[in-house]
Amino acid sequence: MDRNIAGVTIQVNEEGYLTSFQQWNQEVGTALAQEANINMSPRHWEVINYLQTEFKNDVPLSIRKIGKSGVVDIKEFYQLFPIAPLKTASKIAGIPKPASCI
Amino acid sequence: MKRIVILGAGTAGTMMANHLRNHLKREEWEIDIIDEREEHHYQPGYLFLPFDIYEPEDITKPIRDFIPHGVNLIHDAIDRIVPQEQFVNMVNGDRLHYDLLIIATGAKIAPEETEGMLGEEWQKSVFDFYTFEGALALRNKLREWEGGKLVVHITEMPIKCPVAPIEFAFLADSYFKNKHMRDKVEITYVTPLSGAFTKPKATTALQHLLDVKHIQIESDFAIEQVDNDRKIIIDYGGREIPFDLLVTVPTNKGDELIVRSGLGDDLNFVPTHKATLQSRDYENIFVLGDATNIAASKAGSVAHFEAEILTDNILRYINGEPLKEEFDGHANCFVETGGGKALLIDFNYTHEPVEGTFPLPGIGPLRLLKESRFNHMGKLAFRWIYWNMLLKGTHIPFVSTKMQEAGKEF
Repeated sequence: MDRNIAGVTIQVNEEGYLTSFQQWNQEVGTALAQEANINMSPRHWEVINYLQTEFKNDVPLSIRKIGKSGVVDIKEFYQLFPIAPLKTASKIAGIPKPASCI
Repeated sequence: MKRIVILGAGTAGTMMANHLRNHLKREEWEIDIIDEREEHHYQPGYLFLPFDIYEPEDITKPIRDFIPHGVNLIHDAIDRIVPQEQFVNMVNGDRLHYDLLIIATGAKIAPEETEGMLGEEWQKSVFDFYTFEGALALRNKLREWEGGKLVVHITEMPIKCPVAPIEFAFLADSYFKNKHMRDKVEITYVTPLSGAFTKPKATTALQHLLDVKHIQIESDFAIEQVDNDRKIIIDYGGREIPFDLLVTVPTNKGDELIVRSGLGDDLNFVPTHKATLQSRDYENIFVLGDATNIAASKAGSVAHFEAEILTDNILRYINGEPLKEEFDGHANCFVETGGGKALLIDFNYTHEPVEGTFPLPGIGPLRLLKESRFNHMGKLAFRWIYWNMLLKGTHIPFVSTKMQEAGKEF
């Protein structure tokens, strides 16, 4: 479905995740973060950039992997994105919901 | 004479030994299967052991009984695989050369991954039921437990049999009802997922059952530690859940031998091509069952479907033909819902579990994603099928390797 955010039209799925990463920019990310009551700081962006890089490299993401990434530990990841951090951060990053499991 | 070596005589390895011995000429191919254990466990039975539904002897039989004639069973511990040289090194110093290797070393619990899980309360008020010992200890605890807060918990995905924890919660509800003490027990289901299951339609069906049975759900819970003194579990966000009895599914990891061999990912699972089941790194290594990293359920039914496809692919590989990219992630699981009922789910990489009939489209007799007594009888009958047909590689009538779309309500 289409939605307007930060002055542009993006396509999202029924759970609100962008369906095409090409439509993402930092303003879209900031606006999606505000909807999750998160004010983005440089530290937030470092984590988002990491998630996007892993996504582009086809690396499946998990909380465990992020904890071992060297970019952020799990404790801080939760401080930055307090509620369901991996899902929230993935949504802000414009990447698909992590397919953690079956 | 060429040699196939199978590592692990669990569900997957045993099926491969049977399939391959039937297809390969004895004068051309030696088949060895290695497992240090003496007993084969019917792992789905671990779910029933704590509730006194099965006895230990119902779920254990000698490994040897299921290995066909013409396959060498080696009861010894494996040190490592040396894939560059095509050798398996044993702990006792023996070295076994292989032409083709099948890894079926499974997955096991790793409670040491979570701070405090193996603390003072381990097997006092903190239990697992993914091991024979754990399920038995939990049975003894439940026999005398007088009630309180029961927390059923999943540490992180992936785990073997992802529906088992919710089945445990359902069966606990029944068990305490039968003991006339349901009013003394508060049951909470704690999961790292956003809901009762990973797939939306099954989540809706299972959530309904949780509501009906008065089981609370705490979702998106990523555990940081078990606090043994305060008897609470705490997640990375600081959320606390108190327990009197914690039944947890610890982190699941592949075998340590995979790490020693340098073949695993961060959870010791072997990177595997999801449609051919060939190892990503070595063309003469194939992987199936819980040992792979593919995004299919870690379940016996998956190993069964994989074994049929992998057998074809190994024969093709031996004949120098291209592999078939056939495995579709097909899984088929009974979900015990308590009170003598069960539901059945059938799904694959791309299709989530939906309603319908199984295995015959439009007829059944089993109903998908709906509770019924017949499904429960199916689950109990399955133990017989497991010991007498599945392990021996006998095809189960009407059940196809690839998921069927007919008879399903997409």
